[in-house]
Amino acid sequence: MAPDHDISTGGAGGRFPATQYSAIMALRSGDQKERERALETVATVYWRPIYTHIRLRWKRETEEARDLTQGFFMQVLEKDFFATFDPQRARFRTFLRVCLDRFIQREDASSARQKRGGGVDHIPLDLVEIEKSLSGSATYPSPEDGFDREWVRSLLSLATIRLRAYCEESHRGMAYRAFERYDLDPSDSSARPTYATLAAELGTTSDDITNQLAFARREFRRIVLGLLREMTSSEEEFRDEARTLLGIDVT
Amino acid sequence: MTNLSDDQMRRLRDLVDAPDLSGTRYRIERRIAVGGMATVYLAYDEALNRNVALKILTLPDSGTDLAPRMLREAKIVAQLEHPGIVPIHDVGTLTDGRVYYTMKFVQGQTLEQQVASHANLNDRLRIFLRICDAVAFAHSRGVLHRDLKPSNIMVGAFGESLVMDWGVAANMREKWTSDSSEPRSSSKNPEPITQDGAVVGTPGYLSPEQASGVKGTIDYRSDIYGLGAVLYFVLTGRPPIPDQAVAVAIDRAIRGDFAPPRSLSNGIPRRLEAICLKALALRPEDRYASVNALSKDVGLYLDGEPVSARVEGPWEKVARWINKYQFIVIIALVYIIVRFFFLLWRGL
Repeated sequence: MAPDHDISTGGAGGRFPATQYSAIMALRSGDQKERERALETVATVYWRPIYTHIRLRWKRETEEARDLTQGFFMQVLEKDFFATFDPQRARFRTFLRVCLDRFIQREDASSARQKRGGGVDHIPLDLVEIEKSLSGSATYPSPEDGFDREWVRSLLSLATIRLRAYCEESHRGMAYRAFERYDLDPSDSSARPTYATLAAELGTTSDDITNQLAFARREFRRIVLGLLREMTSSEEEFRDEARTLLGIDVT
Repeated sequence: MTNLSDDQMRRLRDLVDAPDLSGTRYRIERRIAVGGMATVYLAYDEALNRNVALKILTLPDSGTDLAPRMLREAKIVAQLEHPGIVPIHDVGTLTDGRVYYTMKFVQGQTLEQQVASHANLNDRLRIFLRICDAVAFAHSRGVLHRDLKPSNIMVGAFGESLVMDWGVAANMREKWTSDSSEPRSSSKNPEPITQDGAVVGTPGYLSPEQASGVKGTIDYRSDIYGLGAVLYFVLTGRPPIPDQAVAVAIDRAIRGDFAPPRSLSNGIPRRLEAICLKALALRPEDRYASVNALSKDVGLYLDGEPVSARVEGPWEKVARWINKYQFIVIIALVYIIVRFFFLLWRGL
């Protein structure tokens, strides 16, 4: 068994030091600033599944679902919602969904619900894109499935953003462009450019494309697993979520 | 934030799981199959400009015997140069220590899919004969497959049949460690049951001796049972012991408790049922003495000849003879009828 501080990525050398930071644990920090930072990360990954859940499970219209999403995060911050989270008893993802359902039940019970806003209004809710996905909501077998799938979508989306930033910072912009053109953009695998075409397009050689893609993919794996670790509270939950949501085994 | 489509998501998830092949001449195209021990990818060989199937340990070997087992499997298959056995191209180790090997990428259907889509029984039996040829060849080299089942058999676009997944094969000429009586997995997963390298087989297709785990009882006749189970599937479209909890499947395999093929479909010829039941006999000594004897009987059936597995009654013999010489019988009947009416007409 690999030691806990390593995770296997299948990447170069197969291992890299795991990011020990867990945004989920930081949500319970006594330091207000740290809690806010953690909430921002959690909100970035979770607003989409939360919004989807409200639309599908609670069947709320766009405007109301947006207000409830914003309101939920505001209450998380104000009322220390996650203080009761016990990693021994549930996954954070499950816990959050239960909190969300209770929040909405309470909101429904309260006639005094007001439009939410204020401190968490900065959460960028791109409703146009998500509503496009929801218009085909028959593809979700259940609201829970919608929540999980949107969670994975958010995680992978954020990982591509971090990969681009990382490649730019480390002067490996070509690696991201190769990744984008070969792995990200094509509508399906048959629409992929050949390495030779890609090399001509980016002004390099096929061998270099192989290396650039290997680098970008390795970093992408590292970033995804790092993010997943941020979004989980323990090693066990991390492994469990990797298996359940990404279909991968990490040691 | 980037809005990923479902297709992009699937691709990116595969990418997270994909091994890093830098330093090799291969690049991953997509994942084909995932097993308990290894994952198979479609990969592109950049040196030879062709697609290959790349099998790689799912996890880096962490002190287990998985890597030696993969290497052993590659070596066993490499010995088996036969058109019915998927050829190995290359073997190596990735930078993370994981062992991989590449083999021919077979485009086609598994026998499972083929049987579902192919109505003609005789065509299916000819595929079965090619599978028997491959297994007989492996036996002649001292190798047992031990996990014969429809999903391990690929039928190519031109009807070529390849026996795949020799991951649990054993070379009888080496010291054999398969005869274990280790406890069984309680999983319902119909993957091969393995326990620290001691392979039992796949529920639904297990021979009684594999199921019982009694030491020293597994030999080439266990593969004959496996072929019988494949023939059962070819005839009925289901395994002898269909989906059930592993413990139940094992218990039924030990007792030889399965429905005879004709009880599922009485359109199955009695001689074929007899061949199938002989291959699936509870006691290994009651089965065919060799794969060739089994395939000979199936060949005899296809040629309309008597088979060794069944003693025919007189009516059965006549029916077989009529069936075999259908064309001559029809011509003779037409002649007799025409002649009869001709004589009748002349008599008038």
